[in-house]
Amino acid sequence: MAKKIDVPFNGTKEQEERLKKALAELKVEHGGQGLMIAALQRAQDIYGYLPEAVQQMIADELGVSLAEVYAVATFYAQFSLYPKGQYKIGVCLGTACYVKGSGDVYKKVCDTLKIEGGQCTDDLKFSLDATRCIGCCGLAPVMTINDDVYGKVTPEEVEGILAKYRD
Amino acid sequence: MFRSHILVCGGTGCTSGNSMKIYDALVARIKKEGLEDEVHVTKTGCFGLCALGPIMIVYPEGAFYSQVKLEDVDEIIDEHIIKGRIVTRLLYKETVGEDGNIKALNDTDFYKKQHRVALRNCGVINPEKIEEYIAYDGYEALGKVLTEMTPQDVIDVISKSGLRGRGGAGFPTGRKWQFAKNSPGKKKYVCCNADEGDPGAFMDRSILEGDPHAVIEAMAIAAYAIGADQGYIYVRAEYPIAVQRLTIAIKQAREYGLLGKNIFGTGFNFDLDIRLGAGAFVCGEETALMTSIEGHRGEPRPRPPFPAVKGLFGKPTILNNVETYANIPQIILKGADWFASMGTEKSRGTKVFALGGKIHNTGLVEIPMGTTMREIIYDIGGGCPNGKKFKAAQTGGPSGGCIPAHLIDTPIDYDNLIAIGSMMGSGGLIVMDEDNCMVDIAKFFLEFTVDESCGKCTACRIGTKRLYELLCKVTDGTATMEDLDKMEELCYYIKENSLCGLGQTAPNPVLSTLHYFRDEYEAHVKEKRCPAGVCKKLLRYQIVADKCKGCTLCARNCPVGAITGTVKEPHVIDPEKCIKCGVCMEKCRFGAVIKA
Repeated sequence: MAKKIDVPFNGTKEQEERLKKALAELKVEHGGQGLMIAALQRAQDIYGYLPEAVQQMIADELGVSLAEVYAVATFYAQFSLYPKGQYKIGVCLGTACYVKGSGDVYKKVCDTLKIEGGQCTDDLKFSLDATRCIGCCGLAPVMTINDDVYGKVTPEEVEGILAKYRD
Repeated sequence: MFRSHILVCGGTGCTSGNSMKIYDALVARIKKEGLEDEVHVTKTGCFGLCALGPIMIVYPEGAFYSQVKLEDVDEIIDEHIIKGRIVTRLLYKETVGEDGNIKALNDTDFYKKQHRVALRNCGVINPEKIEEYIAYDGYEALGKVLTEMTPQDVIDVISKSGLRGRGGAGFPTGRKWQFAKNSPGKKKYVCCNADEGDPGAFMDRSILEGDPHAVIEAMAIAAYAIGADQGYIYVRAEYPIAVQRLTIAIKQAREYGLLGKNIFGTGFNFDLDIRLGAGAFVCGEETALMTSIEGHRGEPRPRPPFPAVKGLFGKPTILNNVETYANIPQIILKGADWFASMGTEKSRGTKVFALGGKIHNTGLVEIPMGTTMREIIYDIGGGCPNGKKFKAAQTGGPSGGCIPAHLIDTPIDYDNLIAIGSMMGSGGLIVMDEDNCMVDIAKFFLEFTVDESCGKCTACRIGTKRLYELLCKVTDGTATMEDLDKMEELCYYIKENSLCGLGQTAPNPVLSTLHYFRDEYEAHVKEKRCPAGVCKKLLRYQIVADKCKGCTLCARNCPVGAITGTVKEPHVIDPEKCIKCGVCMEKCRFGAVIKA
């Protein structure tokens, strides 16, 4: 379970307009059926996460209950109800990486940042998730920070890699 | 005409190793030299040999450069392209013959035993150009089907070929199509499962990245066969490159009139859309996948009714996996007999495996069914690195099992793998050596299924959790022999009482390791010992007095002061204080610290 961080929702009017426009487009593309997951994906692209206020907007726009939106948002690993860090760290815990020691890398990140998987540091700088195979098993164990990929990572290298992202 | 072609791998593995920056640098240099009309730089799908990425091939010489760095670009252009001298230091050493000449890639150990059907265009064509796919017989099969064959002819060919679903269960594809064709209804759907959830398998992603049109063409053929006019490809959102190339491919196919209305002027209509998954392993199960396309929580539902009767949006639907589709156009063009001539009696054709773990040549391999595990691991994969001993291979991911070393000569096909307690699965093949603990591996998979169980069935939701806790007891050294029996009983209970494939197969990693590596479980329970030295709570670090020179390096590095001793005398570790961090073992220059 993600650590609950009390961040007041500060969505802008502009974001709301973008969401409404995206939902209107999706309704046309999907012919009106089965667009909930795509709607949540767009919303998360716009806001970075899916707080209750955003879920409510989607529910209103699609004419469904908040419970229905919440049910889908909490089912899939991609969706987060809490904000993610500025730098999203992913450590692959797919089998190929795991047998090559990615579990130790993961633990080292937890220890270094004092967070667990799914959580975010208090300064909203880093968040950590265990990812499943990202498909570059030749580089196992793999760690990603936003779009940067680090291959053949050892626990000893973790601090040095993280240091690049601290100011 | 170009005098030279440079093919740069644009698959996820090589891209993660910076291959797109290398591509950009090559294009920029070629432009700067004014060679755009002579040298053609292109990006392709996966070559398969991911361990050596980033990879590129330069034709006409066929020079296979591996582990290329951005700094190497200038040398490749200056030496090879401008002066015509191959940069030997970058060549994949297997491609250099004893006489120093370049060997064809297909003569190297890694490629020699492979037979590429589903992967035939990966690493060969530019997946973002429909013209290149067409030049390699692309869409010819669709044309043949629409103009020369009836829907029943198509199904007959697929049935006769013996093709079985490559997603895991191995259901005969032709029979599935026949059911859907026979189902009454005006509206039918064709779906493609590209929600590759097995952690450690990436063959579907590579096909989508390297040859997206093959899947589109096959889906159109399937639609014609069953009478559908709409298709969906359900693909993981975690595969951005695959999604991007598919999007481009669909757009190009529409522009060429190969998707849309009145295809090939035959009155046949078919269109295709992408639906992005959102990260749920259970959505690889067919009914869950369809529920997810409908926009709901991806929970499976009981069968029957089967999707062929009542599937997506309540209409007859077929769902096949990416690799299954990738075989279809070739079967139509070359015939059922050609396909059936490969493989074993009950498993025809080839299978793609994602080789990973403790193996030299990590990557994608496609082999005829019936090839033995030994050939894959040693001849193609190059064996375990660092001289370690091969212990087991895991197939089928969280649904499969571990195959021990003494069964390494088993010919791989659907039925043989099930007979030895594993399964084909989607084709992940993870190699483990003597340093991997089999209880730990079983625990790893259970942790995955606990996480991914959708929660609908009690047996799976709670059962996997309890099973995981029992495994934790084993790795912590607090389990009893009765716990092992309890585990086995629980495994069968979960298998029998779960609705979908996830729960029914979730205990397999435990059952197969209990069966083949029971001694390892018993060592944890009876002797409180982890033979592979993985389970931290059971580890004891010791200093071998004979080897210790008394250099004090370990004592100075121990974070908790657990090591004592005088200079030039053997040191001792206090097990009460030791936190098992392993620093002493890393630091020791004499190999005196051992895990006991």
